[in-house]
Amino acid sequence: MTTGLLFALAGAALFAMGAAGVVLLAQILRRILAFNVMGSGAFLALVGLAQRDGAADPVPQAMVLTGIVVAVAATALALALARRYRALTGRDALAGDD
Amino acid sequence: MKRAAVTLAALAFAGLTGAAMLELSAPPVRLAAQVAANIERSGVAHPVTAVLLNFRGYDTLLEIAVLLIALVGLTAVARRDDAAPAPSAAEPVLQTLARLAAPLMALVAVYLLWAGAFRPGGAFQAGAVLAAAAVLLNLARLLPAWTSPGAGLRWGLAAGFLVFLIVAAATIGEGALLQYPPAWAGGLILAIEAGLAVSLGLTLAGLFLFLSEEERP
Repeated sequence: MTTGLLFALAGAALFAMGAAGVVLLAQILRRILAFNVMGSGAFLALVGLAQRDGAADPVPQAMVLTGIVVAVAATALALALARRYRALTGRDALAGDD
Repeated sequence: MKRAAVTLAALAFAGLTGAAMLELSAPPVRLAAQVAANIERSGVAHPVTAVLLNFRGYDTLLEIAVLLIALVGLTAVARRDDAAPAPSAAEPVLQTLARLAAPLMALVAVYLLWAGAFRPGGAFQAGAVLAAAAVLLNLARLLPAWTSPGAGLRWGLAAGFLVFLIVAAATIGEGALLQYPPAWAGGLILAIEAGLAVSLGLTLAGLFLFLSEEERP
């Protein structure tokens, strides 16, 4: 087992944990964080699988670099929406989701 | 009940994915070898920068567009209270340290931008450091939160995307989108990266600074 494969396996575990969190957690903030854990797992699997034979591959690394920045922007937008929702309704979980 | 079912499904997914990863055969295409074979024609010496801004330049072009759209969406939903926040007690140690650190961070950003051509670094890292400097200044209360972007800020936010689009339009005659003439590639990539670093720094800073006004304790 190479280090890259270990990263990929950890990525699969993180993705599953994040997906379970998105489904199970009620609060919006926790869901956003769980979604980020999912994304991190996907990035880890992408980079890890590409270098499972030991040599680093610059193509998935560049894709993941792009993905990280997009994930930051998407998280910020989600947080802005969550704050607006809380300001309008006073709730921090989605309606019909308690 | 739901908790048990979801946990079981997640465990099964992780187990299946892990087993599939262990069974994977060797990849049929060696992208790393192709990048190494063409690196001389890319205009830069570092493979990740070559992929980001030359071989897969359209991904980066679309990414900066996505960032701009996310920021526009964020400014649309961010609540703007006209009441100025009550100024809290100044923290002289934090403010002095922030005043010392911010110019150094700008210097580090310029270095990272320049180093991206031949070692790890580049526009994304430079933009992230610039944004971190802005966030630090905001937390030290030396930089007020942004409310509505003025004309200068709007041009700054759009600069990276505009430079990228102009280069893409100017080199469209080369046959493919963002395929640069090899002799000019290094200069074009540096120009795009400079624009990207400024826009990324402002965009990432804006993601924080447009929201930091609300509900400050």
